[in-house]
Amino acid sequence: MINELLLMKGYGLYVWSAFLFTLFSFLVLFLITKTQYVKEKSKFISKFGSLNSERAAFAKSQSIHKEILSNTSNI
Amino acid sequence: MLKYFEPGRIFSITSKAPKYVLFLFIIILSIGLTEALILSPEDYKQSHSVRIMYVHVPAAWISLGIFSSITLLSVVGYIFKIKNFFLISKSLAPSGLVFNIIALVTGAIWGKPTWGTWWAWDARITSMLILALFYVMYLVAWRIYEDNDKLFKITSIITILGIINVPIIKYSVDWWNTLHQPASINILSKSSIHTSMLFPLIIMTAAFALFSLLIFLMKYNTELIKIKNKGLDRL
Repeated sequence: MINELLLMKGYGLYVWSAFLFTLFSFLVLFLITKTQYVKEKSKFISKFGSLNSERAAFAKSQSIHKEILSNTSNI
Repeated sequence: MLKYFEPGRIFSITSKAPKYVLFLFIIILSIGLTEALILSPEDYKQSHSVRIMYVHVPAAWISLGIFSSITLLSVVGYIFKIKNFFLISKSLAPSGLVFNIIALVTGAIWGKPTWGTWWAWDARITSMLILALFYVMYLVAWRIYEDNDKLFKITSIITILGIINVPIIKYSVDWWNTLHQPASINILSKSSIHTSMLFPLIIMTAAFALFSLLIFLMKYNTELIKIKNKGLDRL
Protein backbone atom coordinates (compact mmCIF):
# COMPACT_ATOMS: atom_id res chain seq x y z
CA MET A 1 0.00 0.00 0.00
CA ILE A 2 2.73 2.49 1.06
CA ASN A 3 5.01 1.34 -1.79
CA GLU A 4 2.15 1.71 -4.26
CA LEU A 5 1.48 5.22 -2.99
CA LEU A 6 5.15 6.20 -3.21
CA LEU A 7 6.03 4.56 -6.52
CA MET A 8 2.73 5.07 -8.38
CA LYS A 9 3.69 2.58 -11.12
CA GLY A 10 6.87 4.52 -11.92
CA TYR A 11 5.27 7.98 -11.91
CA GLY A 12 5.89 8.60 -8.20
CA LEU A 13 8.96 10.76 -8.75
CA TYR A 14 7.04 13.11 -11.06
CA VAL A 15 3.85 13.24 -8.97
CA TRP A 16 5.59 13.71 -5.62
CA SER A 17 8.03 16.30 -6.96
CA ALA A 18 5.14 18.34 -8.40
CA PHE A 19 3.23 18.26 -5.10
CA LEU A 20 6.32 18.94 -3.00
CA PHE A 21 7.34 21.85 -5.21
CA THR A 22 3.85 23.34 -4.80
CA LEU A 23 3.85 22.96 -1.02
CA PHE A 24 7.40 24.29 -0.77
CA SER A 25 6.42 27.36 -2.83
CA PHE A 26 3.45 27.93 -0.51
CA LEU A 27 5.70 27.72 2.54
CA VAL A 28 8.29 30.13 1.10
CA LEU A 29 5.65 32.69 0.06
CA PHE A 30 3.93 32.43 3.45
CA LEU A 31 7.19 32.92 5.37
CA ILE A 32 8.31 35.86 3.22
CA THR A 33 4.92 37.58 3.60
CA LYS A 34 4.83 36.93 7.34
CA THR A 35 8.38 38.27 7.81
CA GLN A 36 7.48 41.47 5.94
CA TYR A 37 4.35 41.86 8.09
CA VAL A 38 6.20 41.35 11.38
CA LYS A 39 8.99 43.73 10.26
CA GLU A 40 6.57 46.54 9.35
CA LYS A 41 4.58 46.05 12.53
CA SER A 42 7.61 46.19 14.79
CA LYS A 43 8.79 49.30 12.89
CA PHE A 44 5.38 50.86 13.58
CA ILE A 45 5.50 49.98 17.28
CA SER A 46 8.99 51.41 17.72
CA LYS A 47 8.06 54.61 15.82
CA PHE A 48 4.92 54.97 17.92
CA GLY A 49 6.94 54.53 21.10
CA SER A 50 9.33 57.30 20.09
CA LEU A 51 6.53 59.89 19.72
CA ASN A 52 6.16 62.51 22.44
CA SER A 53 2.95 62.39 24.52
CA GLU A 54 1.13 65.07 22.50
CA ARG A 55 1.87 63.42 19.14
CA ALA A 56 1.14 59.97 20.54
CA ALA A 57 -2.26 61.17 21.78
CA PHE A 58 -3.00 62.61 18.33
CA ALA A 59 -1.87 59.43 16.59
CA LYS A 60 -3.91 57.30 18.98
CA SER A 61 -7.04 59.22 18.02
CA GLN A 62 -6.91 57.48 14.62
CA SER A 63 -8.74 54.17 14.81
CA ILE A 64 -6.34 52.31 12.49
CA HIS A 65 -3.40 53.11 14.77
CA LYS A 66 -5.29 51.66 17.72
CA GLU A 67 -6.10 48.58 15.66
CA ILE A 68 -2.46 48.03 14.64
CA LEU A 69 -1.29 48.44 18.23
CA SER A 70 -4.04 46.26 19.72
CA ASN A 71 -3.76 43.50 17.13
CA THR A 72 -1.42 40.89 18.52
CA SER A 73 -2.02 38.29 15.84
CA ASN A 74 1.28 37.15 14.39
CA ILE A 75 -0.19 35.65 11.25
CA MET B 1 -22.39 53.34 4.91
CA LEU B 2 -19.01 55.01 4.29
CA LYS B 3 -17.93 54.32 7.88
CA TYR B 4 -17.55 50.64 6.92
CA PHE B 5 -14.74 51.65 4.54
CA GLU B 6 -12.70 53.54 7.14
CA PRO B 7 -9.09 52.22 7.23
CA GLY B 8 -9.43 51.37 10.93
CA ARG B 9 -12.51 49.28 10.31
CA ILE B 10 -11.01 47.57 7.26
CA PHE B 11 -7.82 46.80 9.20
CA SER B 12 -9.77 45.40 12.15
CA ILE B 13 -11.33 42.85 9.75
CA THR B 14 -8.28 42.09 7.57
CA SER B 15 -5.96 41.70 10.59
CA LYS B 16 -8.18 39.15 12.33
CA ALA B 17 -9.19 37.18 9.22
CA PRO B 18 -5.82 35.49 8.33
CA LYS B 19 -5.82 33.05 11.27
CA TYR B 20 -9.30 31.79 10.34
CA VAL B 21 -8.39 31.60 6.64
CA LEU B 22 -5.18 29.68 7.51
CA PHE B 23 -7.17 27.21 9.62
CA LEU B 24 -9.71 26.66 6.83
CA PHE B 25 -6.93 26.39 4.24
CA ILE B 26 -5.17 23.61 6.20
CA ILE B 27 -8.42 21.62 6.52
CA ILE B 28 -9.39 22.00 2.84
CA LEU B 29 -5.82 21.29 1.67
CA SER B 30 -5.67 18.11 3.78
CA ILE B 31 -8.93 16.86 2.23
CA GLY B 32 -7.71 17.88 -1.23
CA LEU B 33 -4.36 16.12 -0.87
CA THR B 34 -6.02 12.93 0.39
CA GLU B 35 -8.42 12.99 -2.56
CA ALA B 36 -5.74 13.89 -5.12
CA LEU B 37 -3.02 11.47 -4.01
CA ILE B 38 -4.97 8.52 -2.59
CA LEU B 39 -8.68 8.39 -3.35
CA SER B 40 -8.94 9.65 -6.93
CA PRO B 41 -8.52 7.02 -9.67
CA GLU B 42 -5.61 6.81 -12.07
CA ASP B 43 -6.20 7.72 -15.71
CA TYR B 44 -6.61 4.93 -18.27
CA LYS B 45 -4.05 6.61 -20.56
CA GLN B 46 -1.76 8.68 -18.32
CA SER B 47 -1.91 6.40 -15.29
CA HIS B 48 -0.84 8.08 -12.00
CA SER B 49 0.85 11.03 -13.73
CA VAL B 50 -2.64 12.53 -14.09
CA ARG B 51 -2.48 13.41 -10.37
CA ILE B 52 -0.19 16.33 -11.27
CA MET B 53 -3.34 17.91 -12.74
CA TYR B 54 -4.60 18.54 -9.17
CA VAL B 55 -1.86 21.10 -8.55
CA HIS B 56 -1.15 22.23 -12.13
CA VAL B 57 -4.69 23.18 -13.20
CA PRO B 58 -5.82 25.07 -10.04
CA ALA B 59 -2.50 26.99 -10.04
CA ALA B 60 -3.02 28.03 -13.67
CA TRP B 61 -6.68 29.00 -13.08
CA ILE B 62 -5.88 31.12 -10.02
CA SER B 63 -2.91 32.76 -11.67
CA LEU B 64 -5.13 33.82 -14.60
CA GLY B 65 -7.94 34.89 -12.25
CA ILE B 66 -5.61 37.04 -10.16
CA PHE B 67 -4.13 38.75 -13.21
CA SER B 68 -7.62 39.51 -14.56
CA SER B 69 -8.62 40.93 -11.14
CA ILE B 70 -5.45 43.04 -10.98
CA THR B 71 -6.21 44.47 -14.43
CA LEU B 72 -9.81 45.28 -13.57
CA LEU B 73 -8.83 46.91 -10.27
CA SER B 74 -5.98 48.88 -11.85
CA VAL B 75 -8.10 50.21 -14.70
CA VAL B 76 -11.08 51.12 -12.47
CA GLY B 77 -8.68 52.52 -9.86
CA TYR B 78 -6.93 54.65 -12.48
CA ILE B 79 -10.17 55.97 -14.02
CA PHE B 80 -11.86 56.79 -10.70
CA LYS B 81 -8.63 57.59 -8.80
CA ILE B 82 -9.19 54.96 -6.10
CA LYS B 83 -5.81 54.39 -4.44
CA ASN B 84 -7.08 51.45 -2.41
CA PHE B 85 -7.68 49.45 -5.61
CA PHE B 86 -3.97 49.75 -6.43
CA LEU B 87 -3.10 48.60 -2.94
CA ILE B 88 -5.38 45.55 -3.36
CA SER B 89 -3.79 44.82 -6.77
CA LYS B 90 -0.29 45.08 -5.35
CA SER B 91 -1.24 42.70 -2.52
CA LEU B 92 -2.68 40.15 -4.98
CA ALA B 93 0.29 40.09 -7.36
CA PRO B 94 2.83 37.99 -5.35
CA SER B 95 0.48 35.01 -5.00
CA GLY B 96 -0.47 35.37 -8.69
CA LEU B 97 3.18 35.14 -9.69
CA VAL B 98 3.83 32.16 -7.42
CA PHE B 99 0.80 30.31 -8.84
CA ASN B 100 2.03 31.09 -12.34
CA ILE B 101 5.47 29.63 -11.52
CA ILE B 102 3.80 26.55 -9.94
CA ALA B 103 1.74 26.06 -13.12
CA LEU B 104 4.86 26.29 -15.30
CA VAL B 105 7.03 24.01 -13.15
CA THR B 106 4.37 21.35 -12.51
CA GLY B 107 3.49 21.53 -16.23
CA ALA B 108 7.13 20.79 -17.08
CA ILE B 109 7.18 17.89 -14.58
CA TRP B 110 3.95 16.54 -16.12
CA GLY B 111 5.35 17.03 -19.63
CA LYS B 112 8.32 14.70 -19.13
CA PRO B 113 6.38 11.42 -18.65
CA THR B 114 3.53 12.50 -20.97
CA TRP B 115 5.29 14.17 -23.92
CA GLY B 116 8.82 12.96 -23.30
CA THR B 117 10.16 16.49 -22.77
CA TRP B 118 10.33 18.99 -19.91
CA TRP B 119 9.70 21.99 -22.12
CA ALA B 120 8.33 22.80 -25.56
CA TRP B 121 7.84 26.23 -27.13
CA ASP B 122 4.18 25.37 -27.44
CA ALA B 123 1.54 28.16 -27.64
CA ARG B 124 -0.04 27.43 -24.23
CA ILE B 125 3.27 27.05 -22.36
CA THR B 126 4.88 30.07 -24.03
CA SER B 127 1.86 32.30 -23.35
CA MET B 128 1.91 31.22 -19.68
CA LEU B 129 5.60 32.15 -19.55
CA ILE B 130 4.73 35.56 -21.03
CA LEU B 131 2.12 36.02 -18.28
CA ALA B 132 4.82 35.33 -15.67
CA LEU B 133 6.95 38.06 -17.30
CA PHE B 134 4.02 40.51 -17.01
CA TYR B 135 3.68 39.63 -13.33
CA VAL B 136 7.41 40.29 -12.86
CA MET B 137 7.17 43.62 -14.75
CA TYR B 138 4.19 44.63 -12.59
CA LEU B 139 5.99 43.86 -9.32
CA VAL B 140 9.24 45.47 -10.49
CA ALA B 141 7.31 48.65 -11.41
CA TRP B 142 6.12 48.91 -7.79
CA ARG B 143 9.75 48.78 -6.66
CA ILE B 144 11.08 51.25 -9.24
CA TYR B 145 8.56 54.10 -9.25
CA GLU B 146 7.98 56.22 -6.17
CA ASP B 147 5.75 58.89 -7.69
CA ASN B 148 2.19 57.55 -7.29
CA ASP B 149 0.75 59.12 -10.47
CA LYS B 150 3.51 57.64 -12.62
CA LEU B 151 3.32 54.31 -10.78
CA PHE B 152 -0.45 53.94 -11.21
CA LYS B 153 -0.17 54.83 -14.89
CA ILE B 154 2.69 52.39 -15.58
CA THR B 155 1.12 49.48 -13.63
CA SER B 156 -2.22 50.06 -15.41
CA ILE B 157 -0.47 49.97 -18.80
CA ILE B 158 1.37 46.75 -17.86
CA THR B 159 -1.87 45.05 -16.81
CA ILE B 160 -3.75 46.23 -19.93
CA LEU B 161 -0.98 44.87 -22.16
CA GLY B 162 -0.83 41.68 -20.10
CA ILE B 163 -4.56 41.03 -20.21
CA ILE B 164 -4.36 40.71 -24.03
CA ASN B 165 -2.38 37.54 -23.32
CA VAL B 166 -5.11 35.99 -21.12
CA PRO B 167 -7.56 35.02 -23.93
CA ILE B 168 -4.52 33.84 -25.94
CA ILE B 169 -3.66 31.47 -23.06
CA LYS B 170 -7.28 30.27 -22.84
CA TYR B 171 -7.81 29.66 -26.57
CA SER B 172 -4.22 28.76 -27.59
CA VAL B 173 -5.09 25.05 -27.52
CA ASP B 174 -8.00 25.66 -29.92
CA TRP B 175 -6.31 28.15 -32.25
CA TRP B 176 -3.05 26.27 -32.80
CA ASN B 177 -1.85 22.70 -32.93
CA THR B 178 -0.25 22.32 -29.52
CA LEU B 179 1.26 19.58 -27.42
CA HIS B 180 -0.97 20.76 -24.58
CA GLN B 181 -4.30 18.99 -24.37
CA PRO B 182 -7.55 20.97 -24.89
CA ALA B 183 -9.65 22.01 -21.90
CA SER B 184 -11.44 19.14 -20.13
CA ILE B 185 -13.70 21.44 -18.15
CA ASN B 186 -16.17 23.74 -19.84
CA ILE B 187 -18.59 25.98 -17.98
CA LEU B 188 -20.93 26.40 -20.95
CA SER B 189 -20.84 22.86 -22.36
CA LYS B 190 -20.47 19.34 -21.00
CA SER B 191 -17.10 18.64 -19.36
CA SER B 192 -15.11 15.60 -20.45
CA ILE B 193 -13.70 14.96 -16.97
CA HIS B 194 -15.24 12.29 -14.73
CA THR B 195 -16.75 13.40 -11.40
CA SER B 196 -14.26 11.21 -9.49
CA MET B 197 -11.52 13.48 -10.85
CA LEU B 198 -13.55 16.69 -10.91
CA PHE B 199 -14.25 16.55 -7.16
CA PRO B 200 -10.58 16.57 -6.02
CA LEU B 201 -9.86 19.23 -8.63
CA ILE B 202 -12.55 21.49 -7.15
CA ILE B 203 -11.32 20.85 -3.59
CA MET B 204 -7.72 21.66 -4.55
CA THR B 205 -8.89 24.81 -6.38
CA ALA B 206 -10.73 25.89 -3.21
CA ALA B 207 -7.59 25.26 -1.14
CA PHE B 208 -5.43 27.27 -3.55
CA ALA B 209 -7.97 30.09 -3.59
CA LEU B 210 -7.90 30.17 0.23
CA PHE B 211 -4.11 30.31 0.18
CA SER B 212 -4.14 33.26 -2.20
CA LEU B 213 -6.72 34.96 0.06
CA LEU B 214 -4.45 34.35 3.06
CA ILE B 215 -1.41 35.84 1.33
CA PHE B 216 -3.50 38.74 0.04
CA LEU B 217 -4.76 39.59 3.55
CA MET B 218 -1.28 39.42 5.08
CA LYS B 219 0.22 41.51 2.28
CA TYR B 220 -2.63 44.05 2.40
CA ASN B 221 -2.17 44.49 6.17
CA THR B 222 1.56 44.98 5.63
CA GLU B 223 0.88 47.65 3.00
CA LEU B 224 -1.57 49.46 5.33
CA ILE B 225 0.98 49.47 8.17
CA LYS B 226 3.65 50.70 5.72
CA ILE B 227 1.44 53.68 4.85
CA LYS B 228 0.81 54.38 8.52
CA ASN B 229 4.56 54.20 9.18
CA LYS B 230 5.08 56.96 6.60
CA GLY B 231 2.25 58.89 8.30
CA LEU B 232 4.01 58.65 11.67
CA ASP B 233 7.19 60.02 10.11
CA ARG B 234 5.26 63.12 9.07
CA LEU B 235 3.77 63.72 12.54
